[in-house]
Amino acid sequence: MSESILGISNIEVVYGHTVQVLRGLSLEVPRGGIVALLGSNGAGKSTTLKAVSNLLSLENGELSAGRIEFDGKPTAGTAPHQLVRAGLCHVMEGRRVFEDLSVEENLVAATYARTGREQATRKDFNLVYEYFPRLHERRRALAGYLSGGEQQMLAIGRALLARPKLMLLDEPSLGLSPVLVEDIFSIIARINREQGVAMLLVEQNANVALALADYGYIMESGRVVIDGSPEKLLGDDDVREFYLGMAGAGGEMKSYREVKHYKRRKRWLS
Amino acid sequence: MDWLFFIEVSLAGIGAGSLYALTAIAFVLIYKATRVINLAIGEMLMVGAYLFFALGAGWSLSWWLAIPMALVGGGLLGMLLERGVIRPMLGENPISVFMVTIGLGSILVGTVELIWTSAPRSLPGFMPDEAIFIGEAFIAPNTFWGFVIAAVVIALFLLLFRFWRGGVALRATASDQGAAWAMGINVPAVYSLAWGLAGMIAAGSGILLGAMSGVSPEMAMFGLTVLVVVIVGGLDSVFGALLAGLLIGWMESVVGVYLGGEYEHLVTFILLMLVLLVRPWGLFGSHEIERL
Ligand SMILES: Nc1ncnc2c1ncn2[C@@H]1O[C@H](COP(=O)(O)OP(=O)(O)O)[C@@H](O)[C@H]1O
Ligand SMILES: [Mg+2]
Repeated sequence: MSESILGISNIEVVYGHTVQVLRGLSLEVPRGGIVALLGSNGAGKSTTLKAVSNLLSLENGELSAGRIEFDGKPTAGTAPHQLVRAGLCHVMEGRRVFEDLSVEENLVAATYARTGREQATRKDFNLVYEYFPRLHERRRALAGYLSGGEQQMLAIGRALLARPKLMLLDEPSLGLSPVLVEDIFSIIARINREQGVAMLLVEQNANVALALADYGYIMESGRVVIDGSPEKLLGDDDVREFYLGMAGAGGEMKSYREVKHYKRRKRWLS
Repeated sequence: MDWLFFIEVSLAGIGAGSLYALTAIAFVLIYKATRVINLAIGEMLMVGAYLFFALGAGWSLSWWLAIPMALVGGGLLGMLLERGVIRPMLGENPISVFMVTIGLGSILVGTVELIWTSAPRSLPGFMPDEAIFIGEAFIAPNTFWGFVIAAVVIALFLLLFRFWRGGVALRATASDQGAAWAMGINVPAVYSLAWGLAGMIAAGSGILLGAMSGVSPEMAMFGLTVLVVVIVGGLDSVFGALLAGLLIGWMESVVGVYLGGEYEHLVTFILLMLVLLVRPWGLFGSHEIERL
């Protein structure tokens, strides 16, 4: 069994045979670990995740070079639903809940991820509702009528029901209030710890992501420009200023405090 | 005014409307799951009727054998069209896909004329033929039983769509195909399922329609009115399809009897224009459809 659950080496992605978006990107996610993938808007983060889950074909994109291995096996040629069933779950940007389905039906739809493995039971639904009591209250509501935060919970809840080995999370903080972001991230941390699910966490909100992650990559224009431990990335002034969009010395104290704050919450909430 | 006669005309119209509704459901199913506007639905219906004709009259099989076989044939035809023609066009502009379904329709009509010529045929009887009275109003037995069967099939379909796990997969795919795929749903298989089910439903409508008014390549024209029905009801609304189907069936019957047959379609198309003017996405459709 290989060390990492996900290995990406030197991939290139082209959309519509013309636009090259990824240019030789490599990264690794260790089993059970949380890895943050950061970068500004348009850097190619979502494209990286779609390349991993093989969803590029839906957007006329193509993996033109490089290699991706999930759980020791190359992903090339495996249909998206097969990858999901093998334990790779992609929580897409913008939540993407099934709006005309009820909350519970959204979870039922996710049970297809368990095809060929142990079937989902009531216990699995209850586990989701334990992490997200709010979803239990709203289980009969149409997903389209949920608030943004509730929809994000549902998106993560569906992934949880899929019992993955690896979750790809694309900007779970997008459009949520700071309080909700804290809630969601502390639950993400709990899921990682309690269920042993590895996570590749894409974020623009670097502070929040690095507070959880064991390791971080920063990308720009389709390649990784720097990687390292969260301490290293946050400690480097240039990185902070140019890639994470934080102010220089003044902001340092604040964000460092925030990081500590998250680490503390992480412990408290567990 | 002769109320009894009016009621009889209305009942006949609602009976015909139930077939519009049933066929419209096949159309909506395909549209919801695959976003394809399938203009070959009338031709699929016609092929279903001819399959029953071939098995029941040609091979002299009894109806309880010939009908299930014709339904399976209709389902296979739907899956074949999806797999062979529609799926390779995935991601193409919707207008080209829509044009291709028109082409498919002509091919189906051509094939049927080659095999069976364009002479009208009549189907072997399979419904009870005692006259039916509701109160004092008379309904032709074929219309009555056609309505009953259509209603049962529609109810079954609604239950499946709502409660069966595969129905959830269908609706999830209809709602967001990318997310459905990323949730482990085998989206290409859902496409096959949708076209297969729709092919079966269309074949069933074809058999019922054939029993009411005979079988000929002209039957494919039924698809045009079905198109009006789904546009009026809203392309992606099952409920809209049901209601608009019954409404248009009733309207055509009443207008045809009281104003004359030449006005039937005129009134249907006036209704279509009115709905398009006021609610371009149909009575019950979702707004996003407007872009088409
Ligand atoms: N379907 C597509 N077709 C063409 N270009 C695309 C497509 N999706 C994304 N892009 C381009 O690829 C680049 C990276 O996009 P994306 O991966 O979504 O970035 P991020 O998630 O980091 O914001 C952007 O410049 C975007 O315009
Ligand atoms: Mg993105």
